Amino acid sequence: MSSTVITTDGLLPKPQAEEVNYLNVEHTISSWLLTGDHKRIAILYLISTTFFFFLGSVAAGLIRYELTSPAGVALESDTYNKVFTAHGVIMVFGFLVVAIPAVFGNFVLPLCIGARDLAFPRLNLGSWYMYMTGGSIILAGMITGGVDTGWTFYTPYSSMYSNTQVSLVLVGIFIAGFSTITTGINFVVTIHKMRAPGMTWFRLPLFVWAMYATSLQMILATPVVAITLLLVVVERTFKLPIFSPELGGDPVLFQHLFWFYSHPAVYIMILPGFAVVSELIANFSRKRIFGYHFVAFSSLAIAGLGFLVWGHHMFVSSQSMYESIVFSLLSYLVAVPSAVKIFNWTATMYKGNVRLASPMIYALAFLMIFTIGGLTGLFLGSAGSDIHLTATYFVVAHFHYVMVGGVSLAYMGALHYWWPKMTGRMYAEGIAKANAILIFVGFNLTFFPQFIVGYLGMPRRYHYYYFAPEFQAYHIMSTLGSSVLGLGFILPAFYLTYSLFKGKKAPANPWGAHGLEWETSSPPPVTNFLETPIVMDEVYDFDPVSEHAENMKALEKAEQAENTSEGQH
Amino acid sequence: MLKFPLAPPQASNIAKAYDPLFNTLLALTVIFTLIVCVGVIFFAIRYREGSKADRSRPLYEHLTLELTWTIIPTILGLVMFVWGTIVFIKMKNPPKDSQEIFVIGKQWMWHVEHSNGVRENNTLHVPVGRNVKLTMISEDVLHAFYIPAFRVQMGVVPGRYTTLWFNCNKAGEYHIFCNMYCGTQHSEMGGKVVAMEPKEFEEWLANGGQSSAPMSMEQAGAKVYAKVHCDNCHGKEDNLHAPSLYGIYGKRRVFADGTSLIADNEYLRESIVQPYNHITAGYGQTMPAYQNQLSEVDLINLVAYIKSLGSTIEPAPSSLVNRASAITEATHSNSSTTLKTNAEQYNEEDHNATPTHRGKAPAVGAIAAEGKDR
Amino acid sequence: MSAITETSDHGHGHHPGLHHQYEDMAQQTESYIVGMWVFLTTEIMFFGALFFIYTLYRWNYQLDFYIAHEHLDWKLGAFNTTVLLFSSFTMVMAVQSAQLKKRIAVMNYLGVTVLCAITFLVVKYFEYSSKFADHLYPGVNFATDAKAAFGEHAFEAGKLAVNMNHAQLFYGLYFCMTGLHAIHIIVGIGIIIALIRLWFNKANSVIHDYVPTEMVGLYWHFVDLVWIFLFPLFYLMPKPH
Repeated sequence: MSSTVITTDGLLPKPQAEEVNYLNVEHTISSWLLTGDHKRIAILYLISTTFFFFLGSVAAGLIRYELTSPAGVALESDTYNKVFTAHGVIMVFGFLVVAIPAVFGNFVLPLCIGARDLAFPRLNLGSWYMYMTGGSIILAGMITGGVDTGWTFYTPYSSMYSNTQVSLVLVGIFIAGFSTITTGINFVVTIHKMRAPGMTWFRLPLFVWAMYATSLQMILATPVVAITLLLVVVERTFKLPIFSPELGGDPVLFQHLFWFYSHPAVYIMILPGFAVVSELIANFSRKRIFGYHFVAFSSLAIAGLGFLVWGHHMFVSSQSMYESIVFSLLSYLVAVPSAVKIFNWTATMYKGNVRLASPMIYALAFLMIFTIGGLTGLFLGSAGSDIHLTATYFVVAHFHYVMVGGVSLAYMGALHYWWPKMTGRMYAEGIAKANAILIFVGFNLTFFPQFIVGYLGMPRRYHYYYFAPEFQAYHIMSTLGSSVLGLGFILPAFYLTYSLFKGKKAPANPWGAHGLEWETSSPPPVTNFLETPIVMDEVYDFDPVSEHAENMKALEKAEQAENTSEGQH
Repeated sequence: MLKFPLAPPQASNIAKAYDPLFNTLLALTVIFTLIVCVGVIFFAIRYREGSKADRSRPLYEHLTLELTWTIIPTILGLVMFVWGTIVFIKMKNPPKDSQEIFVIGKQWMWHVEHSNGVRENNTLHVPVGRNVKLTMISEDVLHAFYIPAFRVQMGVVPGRYTTLWFNCNKAGEYHIFCNMYCGTQHSEMGGKVVAMEPKEFEEWLANGGQSSAPMSMEQAGAKVYAKVHCDNCHGKEDNLHAPSLYGIYGKRRVFADGTSLIADNEYLRESIVQPYNHITAGYGQTMPAYQNQLSEVDLINLVAYIKSLGSTIEPAPSSLVNRASAITEATHSNSSTTLKTNAEQYNEEDHNATPTHRGKAPAVGAIAAEGKDR
Repeated sequence: MSAITETSDHGHGHHPGLHHQYEDMAQQTESYIVGMWVFLTTEIMFFGALFFIYTLYRWNYQLDFYIAHEHLDWKLGAFNTTVLLFSSFTMVMAVQSAQLKKRIAVMNYLGVTVLCAITFLVVKYFEYSSKFADHLYPGVNFATDAKAAFGEHAFEAGKLAVNMNHAQLFYGLYFCMTGLHAIHIIVGIGIIIALIRLWFNKANSVIHDYVPTEMVGLYWHFVDLVWIFLFPLFYLMPKPH
């Protein structure tokens, strides 16, 4: 017996074939955990850096809560010391050094130079695993007792006195450092060798110039801290007398070696921030960055000079007066390229067509906050004025201005800018704009009082301050501000996640921006481009004059349409 | 009442040289911040998409402008660098006639030793108007000696000497903080500078670290009480270890064998030197005998102090100097518990009390200055 | 305004060793070589910090370091130097054979390189054992018998002429630096054996492309170079005035 086959041909509309992109090409766990695709690795980094940022923020919340009273609230001093160390270690090594390069560098760099992937995709995956391994070991150390040395691990306290999980956490940081090194190697080779035809050095987006400068620093500085931290572990384990004075060693030597990396490290953190801000300002002013060459070279200048200033962390360490004077001079010189960038970015907006979308609000907030952060660095770079301010809350305020107000705001701006490209979805722009302003307000309420209380003499890493209860008012202000700031960082988790399910599908170029990454679909296909692009145009090839003319015409038309419709009534 | 101080006291010659430098840096910061903020906000509004502003001939580069805003900040920066270096050189070069005081930092306290051998802990007595140089070293980990009111700070390193110097120009008490993280009680390793007029300082130094203003018997007795740790057992109320001494003078004491005595000078003295002669009802033979351990002078002062306990008459407020010495001795012998008690005590005590009637936490800095004026 | 105005022809027929992110073998080869040199730069910074520490302490404690170093046997060190130099030579020959696609020669040269490396480690084992036997490692019992450890030079007019703390520092640096170097040798042995296996199995990645072999060669030369610096610094100290 034959059965009649019922077909639905012609009765139902044909389903749209969903475009194959890097997200939906495969769904298995191993296709994610064993991927070589730089875009998937970027998403893996996004999840893990968000996780570490969250942990570090919880620690920050505890710190601010404790500091509302001069005699503490709920913690013992030992615990408090472990909490601020955890905050520093997790934020520096788990978020700040990694986030923008590993998430947005990985995702965007090959796209914006027209490449199919980074130079070494498997090494890239290895970077992520090194980061996860190192991070897990650090967390294991935090959970099994914690570390109470401060994120700077100064000897001899860390090498001979502290009986906390110093060795374990240092091993974790050592391993995570190799993630940075391999990422740096990958980026340098990619930028040199994998640019699309026609993409000359001076047609590169400024994002790439800053990432290049960052990578040079990653490569040269990180190995030094790796071996230094390893030596502390060896000293703890085998009583090797390198940094211990009782055995003939020199505790200040540790500081030299540590800061030789850690000062370039802060440029490793901020240069990617600069990279992002260049993109945001250009694309949301719809104008080429003012003084492109100056901005490009200023990144290299910062990378180079940044290696010569480490002693400004050591003005009261007992280093000689002459050392201090030289480091102070060089510190003032390294400030100049950053100032040049700020002026150039501001001048970019002049006679542009500024769109205040949420990424742009982050970028403008960055400009204002980073200016304050950078200028307060001058107080600390001058040996004379640093004597009173070093190791006080003034320093804490300074580096939070540049690290949170700088790096984290740039990160948020990047997240909002490239979110449609990475996920193929648009988020609720209104909420995002309001959130950006919330973060700006909360940030200043949190950290501005810290400048004052530091100038008054409040030392950092202090659990109690009952000798000086006159500091309390500022601590309370700061804590209140931190709740606003915390809210600002939590909300995006909700509206961005919501957009993954309910957000409008994003077009290839939702912002009308310039850059090769916007020439491909959102999300991009697995190989980034269906055909290798050939670059013929200059970078940021906006024409604000004709755009303005078009805008004016459109406005007139809209006005006329209003008038005629009114006239009809 | 929360306070909002805006600047630390300016109490040394270094501070006098420092403040103009800081204020100029502050002014420059404010000016450049305003330039950038106003520029950013103004451009964002004026040149927003759809605004009617003139956008003809937009600027993409301008060498003169670039060089201007590169060279001018560089010059301003170098000027501030030179000024800062001059102040720094002054800070690093103590005059040859400086009076030298030695400081040893250890977890978690400061030992101070004056050149004639007088020692003090967590306190630094200095003369006003004289150059003072501190020579410092650590016994264990890194510390840092920081006096915000003087604008001086220097690391204290194990294995080598470091120095700082100042010339204090205003008598008073000022914070000392340890300003290099050094472990659990880093934030409790504070103290105070006590700056005295030179004559008073010389007296203090010559008296072995005591102010020449005579102590009352009650005050001297309080010192003995603390030194011998009577409070280890005798508290405000009767407890398991010992009966309370509060309000005992003139009252009748009942003993374990049923007899009783009125507590007078004789009884009080005997109960210290030979406590087992009359054991208070409800207690055993637990108190040690202090015969031959305390001089008659000590005993007479101790008795006077005990008589003053719990009485409605407030003892004469001791000078802060003496109380500090009394406390630091107790602190020295039993550091961790006493310091912890300070934190707990801060939470318990009445924060509106004037400094002299506050609990054990020494009143310093701004509050001390205010307290003296009240 | 699109930057993409033309497409490029993707190429006809892939080289079997070409990875997908590269356009052609030239780009791939250059990328690998540049990447390897950048990695070696990071290794220079890694060892460099240790050399810096060594330089600083030796400058300050010249005599103590000299007396302490007398326990090191320069003849064994010289033998190891020769062995490593020879292994670098065989490594160069292996790379050349890879370029000439001479599979058996490659495996033979790589094998000899491994044997040299193992010889180096064996000599190191004997050196380290003799240090341990004389308690010349950092810790509580350092150099309990100074005469046996340092010989006559350690004493002057019957009294100890060397600062034991500084001598301990010397040996701490000795073990750290030669130890780190030895770890690099061990890792190198592992990598070379893996490379031999690839050649043995005629893997595409090495048969058609000499670059992986060249990269291993670069690593091995670097390891050799570090030893060329370690040997004179530790073993060939002139007596300070």
